[in-house]
Amino acid sequence: MNSLSEALGKWRLPANTTMVFVVVLFTVTLLAAFANQIFSPESVFHVSTYTITLLGKYLCYAMLALAVDVVWGYCGILSLGHGAFFALGGYGMGMYLMRQIGDRGVYGNPELPDFMVFLNWQELPWYWLGIDHFWFAMLMALLVPGLLAFLFGWLAFRSRVTGVYLSIMTQALTYALMLAFFRNEMGFGGNNGLTDFKDLLGFDLQADSTRVALFVITAILLAIAYLLSRFIMDSRMGRVVVAIRDAESRARFLGYRTEMYKVWLFVYSAVLAAVAGALYVPQVGIINPGEFSPLNSIEVVVWVAVGGRGTLYGAVVGALLVNYTKTRFTAIIPEGWLFGLGALFVWVTLFLPKGLAGLLDRWQQKKMATDTDDGDKVEVRT
Amino acid sequence: MRQEQILQWLLAVILSLLAFLVSINVYADEVAETPSAPSAVQKTSLEALLTELTKVSLSKAPEVLDKIEDISGKEILPLFDAMLGGDLYYQLDSQRVLIVTKMAKGSLRGSDPLSGEWLDSLDKKTIKKIRVNNSLRSHLREAMARINLKTGTVEERRTAVLSMLDDLSPHNIVLLKDARQSEKNADVLKMIELALAMDVVGHSANSAERLLAMETLSGRLEPPVRNLLKGVVDNDAEGDRKVRATAAKALGTINEKREFYGFVEQLFFGLSLGSVLLLAAIGLAITFGVMGVINMAHGEMIMLGAYTTYVVQLLMPNLIDYSLWVAIPAAFLVSGAVGVLIERTVIRHLHGRPLESLLATFGISLILQQAVRTIFSPLNRQVSTPEWMSGSLEINPVFSITYNRLYILLFALLVFFVLQLILKKTSLGLNVRAVSQNRDMAKCMGIRTEWVDAMTFGLGSGIAGVAGVALSQLTNVGPNLGQSYIIDSFMVVVFGGVGNLLGTLVGGFTLGIANKFLEPVTGAVLANVVVLVFIILFIQKRPKGLFPQKGRAAE
Repeated sequence: MNSLSEALGKWRLPANTTMVFVVVLFTVTLLAAFANQIFSPESVFHVSTYTITLLGKYLCYAMLALAVDVVWGYCGILSLGHGAFFALGGYGMGMYLMRQIGDRGVYGNPELPDFMVFLNWQELPWYWLGIDHFWFAMLMALLVPGLLAFLFGWLAFRSRVTGVYLSIMTQALTYALMLAFFRNEMGFGGNNGLTDFKDLLGFDLQADSTRVALFVITAILLAIAYLLSRFIMDSRMGRVVVAIRDAESRARFLGYRTEMYKVWLFVYSAVLAAVAGALYVPQVGIINPGEFSPLNSIEVVVWVAVGGRGTLYGAVVGALLVNYTKTRFTAIIPEGWLFGLGALFVWVTLFLPKGLAGLLDRWQQKKMATDTDDGDKVEVRT
Repeated sequence: MRQEQILQWLLAVILSLLAFLVSINVYADEVAETPSAPSAVQKTSLEALLTELTKVSLSKAPEVLDKIEDISGKEILPLFDAMLGGDLYYQLDSQRVLIVTKMAKGSLRGSDPLSGEWLDSLDKKTIKKIRVNNSLRSHLREAMARINLKTGTVEERRTAVLSMLDDLSPHNIVLLKDARQSEKNADVLKMIELALAMDVVGHSANSAERLLAMETLSGRLEPPVRNLLKGVVDNDAEGDRKVRATAAKALGTINEKREFYGFVEQLFFGLSLGSVLLLAAIGLAITFGVMGVINMAHGEMIMLGAYTTYVVQLLMPNLIDYSLWVAIPAAFLVSGAVGVLIERTVIRHLHGRPLESLLATFGISLILQQAVRTIFSPLNRQVSTPEWMSGSLEINPVFSITYNRLYILLFALLVFFVLQLILKKTSLGLNVRAVSQNRDMAKCMGIRTEWVDAMTFGLGSGIAGVAGVALSQLTNVGPNLGQSYIIDSFMVVVFGGVGNLLGTLVGGFTLGIANKFLEPVTGAVLANVVVLVFIILFIQKRPKGLFPQKGRAAE
């Protein structure tokens, strides 16, 4: 009993939570990867490629949740438009994959993607130029969402748009982008989006090994993102950010340029979301304007709320848990999912304001009434 | 003070615009003379002619039709109309001509156009259709126009002349000249003069005559006039330079007028969209203004209102014309009750945590959407439009406004003023305003803020339900109805300024008009995007909207 409580006590130290998180993440990832590659499909230990892809998708969602948690949980900026950055990153990757198809498309045109041939376009639009280089495509996939976030944040935070106004503005942003991307003339495949991808850097996307590799890469990047976020939150900047969340005017009066902190945190978060999007697209094999829909973005917020905002692991756990439930739920009673999701929104906000992490926190406090050192405990306020 | 002035000014502008639209054209209808019954002699020859009609070839049929037209009057119109629609048949054995209507269950019912006798359950094999082709159809249309010109009511005579403008055959011109002698109504007479002038411009060789006639044409908006003038201007063979110059000038006047009416039309569409936005946003403005709560389920309240209309129409299928009068209070009650329920069970517990109430209400909106999907199916439901709301008010040949849009515009303004009254003149309104300005102080003064919150939420939701009734007349009623309005509504509220109904009014109409004027330039979707981007930028400049709250009320 003593050793258990000691272990739990260590858990609550930030560095150790991170440790545990990374170790668990890698163990599961490697186990799943090996189980897929080594055991034959008949074996009980075999993990199907379908599951691997599903897990990879969940990890992308987890990274997106992390991005939302960084701004919402730590800085009090409730973004209802993070799906926009996610989708933009995805489109960056999608455009690269589209160029990789080459003349293997339905129309067999070596110069143009299928949908452009279909629209009778004669040449590539300027914004598609250079995208067939992987490094350039990835640069764009991160740069464009980052720039958009900078522009939006710079405008919004400098004029001190806060609270629900800001939330609605972010929602309007993603809504506007969705409408725009639905247009065929935009040159991003319109309603159907980009799909029918063949290979990535020469590796066949349908091959098991590619899928496992993508999954492992996602896990590694998620771990890096987690560590980086942890590092930022533990740094001086992180403390100012939390101060801004709890009392923005006071932080401002103390001489911090709160808007610049917010802008850079927002950009960081947007880039994180874009990375998640770029990893997501090759695994699911499609990107379309539906990803911009406001509902998607707001679902991310619920993942974070369920897991517990203001704790990085909470966001990840929430994303995995809700998405797993969604997968199971939609398989059993498809029309029930929206009821479930809606109820989850209400239930979490009413009864579980700090999410599962808060529950864990309370449970720990009860177990160890003697322990008074609460390093990672943060008061959550909006 | 300033706000009230703006309000009055705005009201004056809108009302005068409406008055202008309505007053431009009001036709005094005359009572139609009852057509005299055809005499026995006519009848027999008519019978013969009809029999002939069943036999002749398509190329000979016009002659027979002309003869029929010559000997008969208004009573022949249903027959011509049936022939035009391909519903005219004849019995193979007796050669009797019949107007056939398809009944439910596929049985055929015929009526004798001469005697009016009904023949039930006709056998398909015993009858044969009287064939028509396109040239015969246009011949029929002209014939009907001519008959109407002789015997119709004022409105019928006017449309008859109007349809003749497309085809000024010598036959028609003779007819029009005759009609000019006997016509008493000034409007119809003017139309006849126009037709004759067009004939002169089009066919006369005398350029002085043509110049004179051109004056009549100048400024007329009927499409054939424009085509004719265009032909004169473009056609180089018609040597006279002066004629062409005058025609060009007349064409210029017409184009100017058309542009003006195009502008007015766009303005009206903008106002119409604005009225929809106003209806959708005004309930939100109340709840957001008073409670600081963004009700993401607001769109679903609109949806509930629309579905209430649907249910009401299901319950009273024979009284569609009155269904809206039942649906409006019903929708108010349904949505209002749901609103109060939401407030009591969820929002009350999230007081002071606006972001969380936003999430919770979003969850509620998902539940409501899915509930409607489960109960009514995910497909769109058909809500019918009452007789008095369908059709359109034609102001001139290039500009007409549909009644449903006009009524909804008026209805939105009515709702706005009723709400203003409630907020300004009732004790509930007083309480609501007090709570929205300073909740704690209001509480100290003995106002039951909890009760006020519930009532405000109910009121806002109820208004959303009423908006749903109006929207059911304009768009499809489906589970996603509310979702498509929620972001726009927020934009309106945020743009206009929170806690201010006038701001919502101005915001709604501004955004509606801006949207409609952008549409021709950018296309519908991009216009939406541009407006959204504009608001995002606008909020940066004026975070509190167009009409911000001032003084202590504003934090």
